[in-house]
Amino acid sequence: MGKKRGYFGQYGGCFVPETLMPALEELERAFYRAKRDKKFNEEFESLLKEYVGRPTPLYFAKRLTEHLGGAKIYLKREDLAHTGAHKINNALGQALLAKKLMGKERIIAETGAGQHGVATATGAALVGLSCDIYMGTEDIRRQKLNVFRMNLLGTRVIPVDTGSKTLKDAINEALRDWTTNVRTTHYVLGTVFGPHPYPLLVRFFQSVIGKETKKQILQREKKLPNILIACVGGGSNAIGLFSAFLKDNVEMIGVEAGGKGIQSGLHAARFAGGAKGIFQGCLSYVLENEDGNILETHSVSAGLDYASVGPEHAYLRDKGRVKYTYATDDEALHAFELLSRLEGIIPALESAHAVAEAIKIAPKMSKDSIIIVNLSGRGDKDVQEVARIKRLSL
Amino acid sequence: MKGFSVREKLEELKKIGKKAFIPYIMAGDPDLQTTAKRLKLLSDAGADIIELGVPFTDPLADGPTIQRAAERALKSGTTLRKILNFLNEFKNSIHTPIILMTYLNPVFCYGIEKFFQNAKDAKVAGVIFPDLTVEESSEYRSLAKKYGIDIIFLVAPTSTPERVKKIVNASTGFVYYVSITGITGTELRLDKKFREHINFVKSFGNPVCIGFGVSKPEEAKYVAQFADGVIVGSAIVKKFHEKPEEVLNFIKSLREAI
Repeated sequence: MGKKRGYFGQYGGCFVPETLMPALEELERAFYRAKRDKKFNEEFESLLKEYVGRPTPLYFAKRLTEHLGGAKIYLKREDLAHTGAHKINNALGQALLAKKLMGKERIIAETGAGQHGVATATGAALVGLSCDIYMGTEDIRRQKLNVFRMNLLGTRVIPVDTGSKTLKDAINEALRDWTTNVRTTHYVLGTVFGPHPYPLLVRFFQSVIGKETKKQILQREKKLPNILIACVGGGSNAIGLFSAFLKDNVEMIGVEAGGKGIQSGLHAARFAGGAKGIFQGCLSYVLENEDGNILETHSVSAGLDYASVGPEHAYLRDKGRVKYTYATDDEALHAFELLSRLEGIIPALESAHAVAEAIKIAPKMSKDSIIIVNLSGRGDKDVQEVARIKRLSL
Repeated sequence: MKGFSVREKLEELKKIGKKAFIPYIMAGDPDLQTTAKRLKLLSDAGADIIELGVPFTDPLADGPTIQRAAERALKSGTTLRKILNFLNEFKNSIHTPIILMTYLNPVFCYGIEKFFQNAKDAKVAGVIFPDLTVEESSEYRSLAKKYGIDIIFLVAPTSTPERVKKIVNASTGFVYYVSITGITGTELRLDKKFREHINFVKSFGNPVCIGFGVSKPEEAKYVAQFADGVIVGSAIVKKFHEKPEEVLNFIKSLREAI
């Protein structure tokens, strides 16, 4: 953390219309209260256990390890959390915060792939809040199943037909809604991004991933892993895992979406192809043109298809604490299939980017070294899209 | 010194018992040649100050009308750089002070100090950054002061007394009062506590202008009684785009109402 409130080194901050500032101040107060509130934390932890199904297993991927012939590969099975991804940890935490500590009646959220939308809709149903989810029409087309899931959970999905009709436009609309309905509504931002206090708030709710992982690997191997790998869209699953190991002698790799390759311009690798910018509430790395306008992004995975990245990641990258790389669409698709066949686990296309990096580096490592890959979500939502790419009809 | 040319203009109007009429248009909608004509028209029709928007791909404080105007402007290749060059050539064509309203990222990428320097050269009178909070503003404020440009911050009906104080102190031209909780171009609904709140904002003695949601002469007349000036944006942008032949009369009716 930097000296200024809400900053990670030079990154982060709070760049929003004044209308939202009182709400963000209210949220900040509620967040600091929640951190100390024993009852709130007990309720949250009990829900994580009884409802989400935590702790999620740390699974030794024996066949994948043998196939690659190098480091031992463990998978942190966030795909086994209720609703199928790590997103539920944060969505549930914020829904509880909105209901119990802020007295809100309604929550809203943006969603790209639909995982955060489903998780938020689930949190709303569980604690009894009304819920609206903003989703780009292009994403609605790609993720019809998740739209129906949200409807089943009692949530309204509001189509966003402006701009590129994807995640960033859904965020703009959700922020506009919040600007108008700020007194009754809490905005459940889905990742470690946006204006302060969101990057800290989301890290707080996701940090359970890293805490569990550390305990599990020490029990299992009696030592810390050599390398942690996680995919990075906004970066919440990665921060969730990394946060418990930042002070340890453990290497960390964040994997961005390389799309069709950096040269093609069709990607979402903010560190490889972006520059510093102020976008949707904070200062971070952004894919932008020289005039400061935001570029369209591409990835086979909707959850990584976003023009900016959490400010803490920008800070960890500058400090050299975390290494950031990317996997292309093809590499992710290969990893998607390989893990399915060798382990019987169909990963989310987002998580497949992290698996792809393990496939690259594990063979070069010794057999007693350990890699932990955060398997942030399951791939059921992606099978139709993968079939379409492979030109198979279902 | 409490401010620069925007502030001067408002003090001048106050002395003669007038309220400021501040229309907004998007630069480059649909191109900069048209912007030149529109600025002249607004000036001739009695605008006291003109707010000129800089197009941005993700204008999260704006409603659909201004967002679409930004899309049209971007389509014709309008950038902050081109707007500053344009204003530099245009600067002696009208005497109405111009305020640039721009999201931060175009300014950040252009270079913050270079922006203020070139804006001064182009006789830009004031700046509004809708996504700059007063907490993040110290660099922007000291550069605005250095180059003699007014910097205008927004107050919302939700702003707490502590925030109002900070915002009023930071604003040099005037305080921009957002008359509804929401985005530009929605229907005008005055908050119940609106009068009390705006009176509190005015109690610090700085000029206060009201904008966001003012679209009809009757509304302009209504809100003008509470403020030193009225800003009209979306309604004018829409009229220029849809019924350009009616713009002159519309602007005149707004001018008269205020």
